[in-house]
Amino acid sequence: MFCIKGEGKNKDTIIHHYRKGGTTLKTSKSCLKGIIRAGATAVLFAACVAFAAPVGLPPVPVPVDNPMTPEKVKLGDKLFHDTRFSTTGEVSCATCHDTAKGFADGLPVSEGIHKLKGTRNAPTIINSAYLHTQFWDGREPSLESQSAQPFLNPVEMGLKDHEPILKIVRSDPEYSALFSQAFGKTGEQITMTEVKQALGTFERTLISGNSPFDQYYFKGDKTAMSPAAVRGLDVYVNQGRCVSCHRIEQTQALFTDNRFHMIGVSANQMPRDLEELSAAVRNVKEKGTDIAVLSNPRTSSLGRFAVTGDLTDIGAFKTPTLRNIELTAPYMHDGSHKTLEEVVTFYNNGGALNETDTVPELLSGGIRPLNLTDEQQADLVAFLKALTSPEFAPK
Amino acid sequence: MASRRKIKMNMNRRAFLKATGTGLMASAFPISLVKLAFGGQDPSRDFTFGYISDAHIQQIKGTQFVRNWDMGLIRAVREANLLTPRPDFFMFGGDLAQLGKKEELDHGLEIMSNLRGKVRYVIGEHDYYLDLGKYWQDKISPLYYSFDHKGVHFVVLNSILTYHKWTYETWPSPMDRMLAMARLDNPQGSPFMVGDQQIAWLKKDLAKINQNTPVVVFSHSPIQKIFKPWNFWTQDAEKVQALLKPFEKATVIYGHVHQIQYNQIGNITFQAVMATAWPWPYPETYSQSASCLPKITVPMNRADPFFERDATGWQFVDMNSGKTAMHYQLPDNPNRTVIFDAATGKPKDVKYQDYIRRIPPQTHF
Repeated sequence: MFCIKGEGKNKDTIIHHYRKGGTTLKTSKSCLKGIIRAGATAVLFAACVAFAAPVGLPPVPVPVDNPMTPEKVKLGDKLFHDTRFSTTGEVSCATCHDTAKGFADGLPVSEGIHKLKGTRNAPTIINSAYLHTQFWDGREPSLESQSAQPFLNPVEMGLKDHEPILKIVRSDPEYSALFSQAFGKTGEQITMTEVKQALGTFERTLISGNSPFDQYYFKGDKTAMSPAAVRGLDVYVNQGRCVSCHRIEQTQALFTDNRFHMIGVSANQMPRDLEELSAAVRNVKEKGTDIAVLSNPRTSSLGRFAVTGDLTDIGAFKTPTLRNIELTAPYMHDGSHKTLEEVVTFYNNGGALNETDTVPELLSGGIRPLNLTDEQQADLVAFLKALTSPEFAPK
Repeated sequence: MASRRKIKMNMNRRAFLKATGTGLMASAFPISLVKLAFGGQDPSRDFTFGYISDAHIQQIKGTQFVRNWDMGLIRAVREANLLTPRPDFFMFGGDLAQLGKKEELDHGLEIMSNLRGKVRYVIGEHDYYLDLGKYWQDKISPLYYSFDHKGVHFVVLNSILTYHKWTYETWPSPMDRMLAMARLDNPQGSPFMVGDQQIAWLKKDLAKINQNTPVVVFSHSPIQKIFKPWNFWTQDAEKVQALLKPFEKATVIYGHVHQIQYNQIGNITFQAVMATAWPWPYPETYSQSASCLPKITVPMNRADPFFERDATGWQFVDMNSGKTAMHYQLPDNPNRTVIFDAATGKPKDVKYQDYIRRIPPQTHF
């Protein structure tokens, strides 16, 4: 077996955590050959590249055309933290996906250049390698394709096109060395394809499991979770109906079904009639989905519909993972719930923060009043706090 | 809006299906331009209508109604209101109420009143067997009638009648009669029928229609024989079919079965509509031995019972070619489209008809 370990040079990144957690990247010998000859022969070997994932997580899926290499991880790490790829020189990927904040930003909705606000809450990047689609509405299919969007969004990093990025990475000596090591390419040979692949590769190392829940559930350590969290797990899989979307499988738990559901969040922002819907749709057509949904709350509220155009997808957003959820308040796609207690209350009321609020007409059929007692709700929150990985656990 | 229509009209059907099949982004906007994509000879006769059915609004007591069934109808109405371009009209396919009560019909009508556009109603057995359609006729609709729209002749039938003796001489009270008919698998039930009086009316109604004119019949029960114990059945279906035989383009659209079904008998295309309330399985599922049931070629995708709306839905129908193209809107499940395939003379699912593309039903957990 061959191990790829992060250099740990940049103490801000998860690679640091990795070493603490003892997690390693592993490939078989035949895969190693594939990595060495990365590129032309990647398709042959990449399918067998996999991490030995932490407790509670499956092997990390790696696309056949972008196998993992330590050189790419190192390059991606640097790109991820580089603020020069924004118009103000102040915003990097790490601005909204901050290691110290669970790879989110702690804000209701993210702030880009000049403190401009978007419409959506920064999702954690931890374990995003497992997701079938990226962004809250799943408008991008991979980490690679997702990574190129925020550079160009006017409320995020604000570039007109990707040229400024290419200019920097082609001329900066440090990048020249890194791209040469990672891809064997220099100067004009470097394109956004390599930039995206390096970012995607780096993000695939941000894997974090081994929480008290994992020890309790998959390793049989009955003392790993508090009695309240153990009771909360029972609520989670039974009366609370949480597990149907935030899934726990027999051997691992991603805490998502990778589907899209209209659970009633910010329903009052949704287009009220055909005219408002048409306006939102025009907005998407004219500006493109990425810019349209982040610049207008009404367009944002379309959710998955802005991607598929299916009426049944209006207001539906991707089920996020719950791993490390304690770290990433506030919650929901618009950051409208301040605490986990609020989230639980919202679900207990069947998709409403206040019991007397009107339930949205397009509410998912999975959401209904739960009739949980105060103690059950408190237990559920205790359980959610048992999903924090040790490397992120509050000291 | 106008300019977008123009662009879409030039889009051929293959390109359209490709665009919607991949379900992606801007190409799918606005929501429905399917009717134009099918390229009718005379665009002024292209139109769409919406179809909502089997809401089964059920009173618990007083102003309390079953939340699940309410939410199904509310959702369908809300989605249908966002359909663009607007359908020319809507149909409601029967079983607005669960036990035919005024309270249930009123509550159902209140939800339906939010639907933007003209609505016409078909009566179902759950609406009928308490007061034998009295309140329905007073407040909602005649029991059977016909109308013409943009060159298509539409007929609404009351297909859920049954024998005089069962209706009038069997039950101690109207509610006993209603409860007996409301049970899907009741051995004391009675087969649905259109009845000779209505068939005579239909014969007269169709006599004045040119045989080139597309005819679409709306009924609650299937005007064909699928499974008698569940009344997926109309006893005198052949008599109605015989009257439709002379027409070049004849279609029957029915509710009651709460699932996607489609087939062809001679010149007549049959299509079922979804319920907003709950799904039924195909009866074959429950037959323990070989049966003579018509084979269902593409079963509905398996429903996940966690999602109350899964395997329910509503639909809009394109009418441009004189045959119906049915677009099933299915929350929590992939939407489906069933069109009439002129090449084979049969309806087919545009995505799942090929054997390899079907999603096999799950038979265990």
